[in-house]
Amino acid sequence: MTRNPVLTFTDKGIYCPAGDFYIDPWRPVERALITHGHADHARWGMGTYLATHAALPVMRHRLGDISAEGIAFGEVRQIGDARVSFHPAGHVPGSAQIRVEVAGEVFVASGDYKIVDDGLSEPFEPIKCHHFITESTFGLPVFRWAEQRDVAAEINAWWAACAAAGKTAFLGAYALGKAQRLMTMLDADIGPLLTHTAVENTNTILRNQGVALPDTVLANGELNPKDHPRAIVIAPPSALGSAWARKFGPQETGFASGWMAVRGIRRRRAGDRGFVISDHADWAGLVSAIRDTEAENIYVTHGYTDIFTRYLNENGWNAKVVPTQFEGETLDQGEEA
Amino acid sequence: MKRFATLFNTIDQSTKTSVKVTALAGYFAEAEEADRLWTVALFSGRRPKRAVTTTRLREWAAEVSEVPLWLFEDSYAIVGDLAETIALVLPPNSETSNQSLSHWIKALRDLSNVDDLERKRFVLRAWKTLGGTERFVFNKLITGGFRVGVSQKLMTRALAQSTGKPEAELAHRLMGNWHPDDVTWHSLIEAEDASADASRPYPFYLAHALEDGPEPLGDPLDWRAEWKWDGIRGQLILRDGSYFVWSRGEELMTDRFPELARAIDHLPSGTVLDGELLVWQAGADKPSSFNTLQARIGRKTVPKKLLSEAPVVLHAYDLLEWQGADIRTLPFTKRRNLLETACADLPADAPVRLSPQHRFAEWDRLADIRATAREENAEGLMIKRADSPYLSGRKKGDWWKWKLDPLTIDAVMIYAQAGSGRRANMFTDYTFAVWHGNDLVPFTKAYSGLTDKEFIEITAWVRKNTQQRFGPVRQVTPHHVFEIAFEGIQASSRHKSGVALRFPRMKRWRQDKPLQEANTLDDLNEMLRIYG
Repeated sequence: MTRNPVLTFTDKGIYCPAGDFYIDPWRPVERALITHGHADHARWGMGTYLATHAALPVMRHRLGDISAEGIAFGEVRQIGDARVSFHPAGHVPGSAQIRVEVAGEVFVASGDYKIVDDGLSEPFEPIKCHHFITESTFGLPVFRWAEQRDVAAEINAWWAACAAAGKTAFLGAYALGKAQRLMTMLDADIGPLLTHTAVENTNTILRNQGVALPDTVLANGELNPKDHPRAIVIAPPSALGSAWARKFGPQETGFASGWMAVRGIRRRRAGDRGFVISDHADWAGLVSAIRDTEAENIYVTHGYTDIFTRYLNENGWNAKVVPTQFEGETLDQGEEA
Repeated sequence: MKRFATLFNTIDQSTKTSVKVTALAGYFAEAEEADRLWTVALFSGRRPKRAVTTTRLREWAAEVSEVPLWLFEDSYAIVGDLAETIALVLPPNSETSNQSLSHWIKALRDLSNVDDLERKRFVLRAWKTLGGTERFVFNKLITGGFRVGVSQKLMTRALAQSTGKPEAELAHRLMGNWHPDDVTWHSLIEAEDASADASRPYPFYLAHALEDGPEPLGDPLDWRAEWKWDGIRGQLILRDGSYFVWSRGEELMTDRFPELARAIDHLPSGTVLDGELLVWQAGADKPSSFNTLQARIGRKTVPKKLLSEAPVVLHAYDLLEWQGADIRTLPFTKRRNLLETACADLPADAPVRLSPQHRFAEWDRLADIRATAREENAEGLMIKRADSPYLSGRKKGDWWKWKLDPLTIDAVMIYAQAGSGRRANMFTDYTFAVWHGNDLVPFTKAYSGLTDKEFIEITAWVRKNTQQRFGPVRQVTPHHVFEIAFEGIQASSRHKSGVALRFPRMKRWRQDKPLQEANTLDDLNEMLRIYG
């Protein structure tokens, strides 16, 4: 007799029959459990949302008037026949892996994750399970992240050189997560830290929920760039080179993403400088996270799914590619990298 | 190696020529002589003799990184550069080294005298000692192909800045088949008698494309016109009783064209001609197609049979050196007169011929001539300003190429493959098909002509519409129609469709065109009948 699997992969997203809910669905459903607030995971149009207390404020800001409920990390909730709990994924502040247990069988849907502590997000916690759903955005052995302090030194050196040359440094980063992480890495002795409106909106939300962030100046239309020499400006990538950015006069642009590890992509994408820093796990991170779950069955989604799955199968796991509509593999459209 | 790695990073990270030139000039002023020489060599496409095969490099890299070889190869397919893939996949370096660029090059050269085990030991040791860009550079020294945004022109400018010598002279000095193993910085860059090398060619002068017709050029009487031949550009050097043939890519091709040796019998030493290498059968009134020439280019030595089947002649259109004197600064008409004098007494079977000029007094007349280019197996016209000196490189204003409009066909994209280098991670290389009944028959590949934005859009589409994967190749749902432009069409038994195209590229993404309205194999065969 085969019983219903705890989680199944449907054309609307990951579904739990025992609890009648979806995880990070991409089409409107009645009940959605959301791992984190990035736009490709937290979509509009769900009947109700359940996410961590720390993830909810940003989701409310982005999705507007939604029916949503918060849950604490580690808090266990019974939904139908499923026991559900959320555990830190280390991806961005508030991001979670979702553990689902039905009749003693445990699935973990990890969403996006990284295992290094960025000093800002709740650090990743390995959760023991039978079935682990993993991303594979950077699932190739060529991706190996340097220590955060080394990348910080690189960025600060670049910023200092820009400041010394009388140029404004523009650093492109996604508004939720990467932007704040970079802010905490910057050396405030070099100059003032300015932010684009989209970044500052997220900053305000995070500060209100108690996340400690460095002081920033909002670089809106009323700001006179001349009043802020030696500044670094953190802005979404789309704002680099815009009319707004050009008002700052002489400038250099940098882009911070895991994709910057590849020279070809860096040259295509980076403006003046590319910094290799990601909120996803690198190759070693993915493999060690999977090992720590002690799961036998691994479901691989967005990223280099075929390659990563083959590697896992050759190394004793029972791994499968699961289809997704997340564009995790892309560099040019993804929300975060 | 650190200094060179820093230079490499500065150049690689910048798109501004001023930054690159400054970095290079600074490097040339400070680096030790052997390093300078090698830097000039590397950035002009020269490289140390390959000491280790890439197959071994891959095996060793996979072994040290503890990844299976297939995973290494798959990663390479995505990163698109072997040296970089190795540099990324290896564990971080545990030691550092202060050895210079030329030290590493010398050490690599010494590897040719040792066995495989010793080579492996050396390479693994280097990987342990070098990190980041240094490791990448080290790998590049073995695999070759430093594609960094430094043109020869830019490097020459930097050299001029740091040595105080004129750019044109330096450009000339850097031409030819010198190798850092055989020259010194002094003999290459500084020594008074730079013309000592009899084989040294002049930098080629390159034309710009004329997009909107010749009217903006002004008075037709100020201009000269000739066919733009569909062969390969070549420079024939006759000095000291020897001959040398150079391609535009600065490759010495003398041995490939033994028939040009007879030029020495007809033209005096101290003559340098610029012209087009063409296959031209005895008695024919036009050259053979480019395909015939291709068979010759591919051969380093030429069998007798091929030599008689596909005889090559140089159609000369410019004279750069005459009676041992560099005459490049003379106006074109004067050089042309001298060229005509030099070629006046050539017998009909000489391997050098004068490329004829067209007579025209109005641009309309020239347009009529251009319309007949395909019948002459020419690509279009070259238009040169009558009083222009022979410059070097691609300088706008004096020389124009006015090519025929390409042939075009609407085709369906059926396979896609990721590009490499700047296009890593984007699907940019496509295979196209035409209809044959209800089947789609593949007939060409193309990978240029679209904007980055279009490539990004198609890449996202490919990911969602992949039907099957064959290694790096994805079969996609037939849906998108592209207008493919090409310069020529030939019968080919090697292709399923029976045709081979010359210079295929994507002219337009025909989002307006339904799949069913793409062209057919019959259409392609009709083009082959007319233009093949």
